[in-house]
Amino acid sequence: MSDPQITLYRLQACPFCERVVRTLNELGLEYRSRYVEPMHSERNVVKRVSGARSVPAIVDRETGVTMSESANIVEYLKGTYGEGGA
Amino acid sequence: MVDFDVVSLPETDHVAEGDTAPDFTRPLVNGEYWEDRALDDVVDGPTLLLFHPMDGTFQGTYLYNTVDDHGWSDDLDVLGVSISTPYAHKRLLAERGDGVRIFSDPGAAVVEEYGLAHEIDGMTGITESRPAVFLLDSDRTVEYAWVASEHPEFPDAEAIGDAVADLVD
Repeated sequence: MSDPQITLYRLQACPFCERVVRTLNELGLEYRSRYVEPMHSERNVVKRVSGARSVPAIVDRETGVTMSESANIVEYLKGTYGEGGA
Repeated sequence: MVDFDVVSLPETDHVAEGDTAPDFTRPLVNGEYWEDRALDDVVDGPTLLLFHPMDGTFQGTYLYNTVDDHGWSDDLDVLGVSISTPYAHKRLLAERGDGVRIFSDPGAAVVEEYGLAHEIDGMTGITESRPAVFLLDSDRTVEYAWVASEHPEFPDAEAIGDAVADLVD
Protein backbone atom coordinates (compact mmCIF):
# COMPACT_ATOMS: atom_id res chain seq x y z
CA MET A 1 0.00 0.00 0.00
CA SER A 2 1.59 3.27 -1.08
CA ASP A 3 1.23 6.29 1.16
CA PRO A 4 -1.01 9.02 -0.23
CA GLN A 5 0.79 12.35 -0.59
CA ILE A 6 -1.67 14.25 1.60
CA THR A 7 -2.39 13.53 5.24
CA LEU A 8 -5.55 15.13 6.63
CA TYR A 9 -5.90 15.56 10.39
CA ARG A 10 -9.61 15.64 11.06
CA LEU A 11 -12.31 15.37 13.65
CA GLN A 12 -15.33 13.17 13.12
CA ALA A 13 -18.34 15.22 11.93
CA CYS A 14 -16.44 18.52 11.81
CA PRO A 15 -18.02 20.59 8.97
CA PHE A 16 -14.77 22.41 8.21
CA CYS A 17 -13.02 19.06 7.80
CA GLU A 18 -15.79 17.82 5.49
CA ARG A 19 -15.32 20.95 3.39
CA VAL A 20 -11.67 20.04 2.87
CA VAL A 21 -12.64 16.45 2.06
CA ARG A 22 -15.07 17.70 -0.60
CA THR A 23 -12.30 19.73 -2.21
CA LEU A 24 -9.86 16.80 -2.09
CA ASN A 25 -12.47 14.62 -3.78
CA GLU A 26 -13.33 17.26 -6.39
CA LEU A 27 -9.66 17.48 -7.31
CA GLY A 28 -9.23 13.69 -7.29
CA LEU A 29 -6.43 13.86 -4.72
CA GLU A 30 -5.41 10.82 -2.68
CA TYR A 31 -5.32 11.45 1.04
CA ARG A 32 -5.00 9.62 4.31
CA SER A 33 -7.34 10.51 7.17
CA ARG A 34 -5.99 10.72 10.70
CA TYR A 35 -8.75 11.18 13.24
CA VAL A 36 -8.08 13.02 16.49
CA GLU A 37 -10.16 13.67 19.59
CA PRO A 38 -12.73 16.44 20.11
CA MET A 39 -10.84 17.62 23.23
CA HIS A 40 -8.44 20.34 22.15
CA SER A 41 -5.90 19.37 24.80
CA GLU A 42 -5.75 15.85 23.31
CA ARG A 43 -4.45 16.99 19.95
CA ASN A 44 -0.71 17.20 20.54
CA VAL A 45 0.03 15.40 17.28
CA VAL A 46 -1.69 18.19 15.32
CA LYS A 47 0.20 20.82 17.28
CA ARG A 48 3.46 19.01 16.51
CA VAL A 49 2.91 18.89 12.77
CA SER A 50 1.15 22.22 12.19
CA GLY A 51 2.02 24.40 15.17
CA ALA A 52 -1.64 24.67 16.24
CA ARG A 53 -4.19 22.26 17.68
CA SER A 54 -6.95 23.23 15.25
CA VAL A 55 -8.38 20.88 12.64
CA PRO A 56 -8.58 20.44 9.77
CA ALA A 57 -4.88 20.45 9.09
CA ILE A 58 -3.09 18.96 6.12
CA VAL A 59 0.44 17.84 5.37
CA ASP A 60 1.31 17.66 1.67
CA ARG A 61 4.47 15.60 1.27
CA GLU A 62 4.73 16.49 -2.41
CA THR A 63 5.09 20.21 -1.81
CA GLY A 64 6.27 20.18 1.82
CA VAL A 65 3.30 22.37 2.78
CA THR A 66 1.63 22.06 6.19
CA MET A 67 -1.48 24.14 6.74
CA SER A 68 -4.46 24.75 9.05
CA GLU A 69 -7.82 26.56 8.59
CA SER A 70 -10.22 25.13 6.03
CA ALA A 71 -10.50 28.29 3.91
CA ASN A 72 -6.72 28.46 3.56
CA ILE A 73 -6.50 24.76 2.78
CA VAL A 74 -9.23 24.89 0.13
CA GLU A 75 -7.57 27.89 -1.49
CA TYR A 76 -4.19 26.16 -1.43
CA LEU A 77 -5.56 22.92 -2.90
CA LYS A 78 -7.45 24.66 -5.67
CA GLY A 79 -4.52 26.94 -6.44
CA THR A 80 -2.03 24.06 -6.53
CA TYR A 81 -4.04 21.23 -8.05
CA GLY A 82 -7.10 22.86 -9.64
CA GLU A 83 -7.55 24.04 -13.21
CA GLY A 84 -5.37 27.03 -13.83
CA GLY A 85 -3.31 26.12 -10.76
CA ALA A 86 0.43 25.62 -10.75
CA MET B 1 -12.19 -23.59 48.01
CA VAL B 2 -14.52 -21.45 45.95
CA ASP B 3 -16.76 -23.32 43.59
CA PHE B 4 -15.89 -21.61 40.31
CA ASP B 5 -17.78 -22.59 37.20
CA VAL B 6 -15.77 -22.37 34.02
CA VAL B 7 -17.79 -22.82 30.85
CA SER B 8 -16.29 -24.72 27.92
CA LEU B 9 -16.59 -22.87 24.62
CA PRO B 10 -17.55 -24.74 21.45
CA GLU B 11 -14.83 -25.97 19.09
CA THR B 12 -13.84 -23.33 16.58
CA ASP B 13 -11.91 -23.41 13.32
CA HIS B 14 -9.59 -20.56 14.27
CA VAL B 15 -6.38 -19.26 12.71
CA ALA B 16 -3.63 -21.63 13.86
CA GLU B 17 0.13 -22.08 13.92
CA GLY B 18 1.55 -22.33 10.40
CA ASP B 19 -1.30 -20.32 8.85
CA THR B 20 -0.81 -16.90 7.32
CA ALA B 21 -2.72 -14.44 9.48
CA PRO B 22 -5.55 -13.10 7.28
CA ASP B 23 -5.03 -9.53 6.13
CA PHE B 24 -7.61 -6.89 7.03
CA THR B 25 -7.97 -3.11 7.13
CA ARG B 26 -9.43 -1.36 10.17
CA PRO B 27 -8.85 1.91 12.05
CA LEU B 28 -5.63 1.48 14.02
CA VAL B 29 -5.46 3.58 17.18
CA ASN B 30 -2.33 4.88 18.87
CA GLY B 31 -2.02 7.32 21.76
CA GLU B 32 -2.67 10.28 19.48
CA TYR B 33 -4.86 9.46 16.49
CA TRP B 34 -6.32 6.69 14.38
CA GLU B 35 -6.23 5.92 10.68
CA ASP B 36 -7.17 3.02 8.42
CA ARG B 37 -4.29 0.56 8.26
CA ALA B 38 -3.91 -2.86 6.68
CA LEU B 39 -2.37 -5.57 8.87
CA ASP B 40 -0.08 -6.48 5.98
CA ASP B 41 1.15 -2.90 5.84
CA VAL B 42 1.73 -2.67 9.61
CA VAL B 43 3.55 -5.99 10.12
CA ASP B 44 7.20 -5.51 9.20
CA GLY B 45 8.84 -7.72 11.79
CA PRO B 46 7.91 -9.99 14.71
CA THR B 47 4.46 -8.94 15.86
CA LEU B 48 2.24 -9.95 18.75
CA LEU B 49 -1.43 -9.77 17.65
CA LEU B 50 -3.77 -9.87 20.64
CA PHE B 51 -7.55 -10.24 20.38
CA HIS B 52 -9.43 -9.40 23.54
CA PRO B 53 -12.97 -8.76 24.80
CA MET B 54 -14.30 -5.20 24.82
CA ASP B 55 -12.22 -2.44 26.38
CA GLY B 56 -13.31 -2.18 29.99
CA THR B 57 -13.59 -5.93 30.60
CA PHE B 58 -11.22 -7.23 33.26
CA GLN B 59 -9.81 -9.61 30.65
CA GLY B 60 -8.68 -6.66 28.52
CA THR B 61 -7.28 -4.83 31.51
CA TYR B 62 -5.29 -7.85 32.72
CA LEU B 63 -4.00 -8.48 29.21
CA TYR B 64 -2.48 -5.00 28.86
CA ASN B 65 -1.16 -5.11 32.41
CA THR B 66 0.60 -8.34 31.42
CA VAL B 67 1.99 -6.74 28.24
CA ASP B 68 3.32 -3.83 30.30
CA ASP B 69 4.71 -6.04 33.10
CA HIS B 70 6.72 -8.08 30.59
CA GLY B 71 7.76 -5.10 28.48
CA TRP B 72 6.84 -6.95 25.30
CA SER B 73 6.36 -3.76 23.28
CA ASP B 74 10.08 -3.09 23.79
CA ASP B 75 10.91 -6.38 22.05
CA LEU B 76 8.43 -6.44 19.17
CA ASP B 77 5.35 -4.71 17.76
CA VAL B 78 2.27 -5.34 19.88
CA LEU B 79 -1.12 -4.90 18.17
CA GLY B 80 -4.48 -5.37 19.89
CA VAL B 81 -7.89 -6.00 18.32
CA SER B 82 -11.27 -5.55 19.98
CA ILE B 83 -14.79 -4.60 18.98
CA SER B 84 -14.55 -1.33 20.94
CA THR B 85 -14.53 2.04 19.22
CA PRO B 86 -11.40 4.10 18.52
CA TYR B 87 -12.49 6.50 21.29
CA ALA B 88 -12.53 3.64 23.81
CA HIS B 89 -9.12 2.41 22.59
CA LYS B 90 -7.67 5.87 23.13
CA ARG B 91 -8.93 5.92 26.72
CA LEU B 92 -7.48 2.44 27.30
CA LEU B 93 -4.09 3.44 25.87
CA ALA B 94 -3.97 6.50 28.13
CA GLU B 95 -3.94 4.12 31.12
CA ARG B 96 -1.94 1.10 29.97
CA GLY B 97 -0.51 -0.69 26.94
CA ASP B 98 2.58 1.50 26.55
CA GLY B 99 3.68 1.43 22.90
CA VAL B 100 0.71 -0.71 21.85
CA ARG B 101 -1.64 0.09 18.94
CA ILE B 102 -5.17 -1.34 18.77
CA PHE B 103 -7.41 -2.10 15.79
CA SER B 104 -11.10 -1.26 16.11
CA ASP B 105 -13.49 -3.93 14.74
CA PRO B 106 -17.00 -3.01 15.98
CA GLY B 107 -18.72 -5.14 13.32
CA ALA B 108 -16.60 -8.13 14.43
CA ALA B 109 -15.94 -9.24 10.83
CA VAL B 110 -12.21 -9.60 11.58
CA VAL B 111 -13.03 -11.44 14.81
CA GLU B 112 -15.22 -13.82 12.80
CA GLU B 113 -12.64 -14.30 10.06
CA TYR B 114 -10.09 -15.36 12.69
CA GLY B 115 -12.61 -17.85 14.12
CA LEU B 116 -12.92 -16.10 17.48
CA ALA B 117 -16.56 -15.01 17.62
CA HIS B 118 -18.22 -15.41 21.00
CA GLU B 119 -21.88 -14.64 21.68
CA ILE B 120 -22.21 -13.24 25.19
CA ASP B 121 -25.40 -14.18 27.04
CA GLY B 122 -27.50 -11.12 27.85
CA MET B 123 -25.83 -8.77 25.33
CA THR B 124 -28.05 -9.24 22.30
CA GLY B 125 -26.63 -8.06 19.02
CA ILE B 126 -23.01 -7.93 20.17
CA THR B 127 -20.48 -10.36 18.75
CA GLU B 128 -17.52 -10.52 21.12
CA SER B 129 -14.01 -11.86 20.59
CA ARG B 130 -12.57 -14.73 22.55
CA PRO B 131 -9.21 -13.86 24.05
CA ALA B 132 -6.55 -14.99 21.56
CA VAL B 133 -2.83 -14.52 21.00
CA PHE B 134 -1.02 -14.82 17.67
CA LEU B 135 2.70 -14.35 17.33
CA LEU B 136 3.51 -13.43 13.71
CA ASP B 137 6.78 -13.24 11.87
CA SER B 138 7.40 -10.51 9.30
CA ASP B 139 5.42 -12.27 6.52
CA ARG B 140 2.40 -12.83 8.83
CA THR B 141 3.10 -16.53 9.35
CA VAL B 142 1.64 -17.59 12.69
CA GLU B 143 4.51 -18.91 14.83
CA TYR B 144 2.49 -19.29 18.02
CA ALA B 145 -1.27 -19.32 18.53
CA TRP B 146 -3.46 -19.56 21.60
CA VAL B 147 -7.24 -19.22 21.58
CA ALA B 148 -9.43 -19.42 24.67
CA SER B 149 -11.41 -22.66 24.85
CA GLU B 150 -13.07 -21.83 28.17
CA HIS B 151 -14.87 -18.76 29.51
CA PRO B 152 -13.19 -17.05 31.18
CA GLU B 153 -9.66 -18.11 30.33
CA PHE B 154 -6.42 -16.15 30.33
CA PRO B 155 -3.40 -16.56 28.07
CA ASP B 156 -0.28 -18.10 29.59
CA ALA B 157 2.17 -15.21 29.88
CA GLU B 158 5.12 -17.58 30.33
CA ALA B 159 4.34 -19.46 27.10
CA ILE B 160 3.95 -16.17 25.21
CA GLY B 161 7.20 -14.87 26.66
CA ASP B 162 9.03 -18.04 25.57
CA ALA B 163 7.57 -17.85 22.06
CA VAL B 164 8.52 -14.17 21.79
CA ALA B 165 12.07 -14.92 22.97
CA ASP B 166 12.38 -17.73 20.40
CA LEU B 167 11.26 -15.50 17.55
CA VAL B 168 13.03 -12.29 18.49
CA ASP B 169 16.45 -13.69 19.46
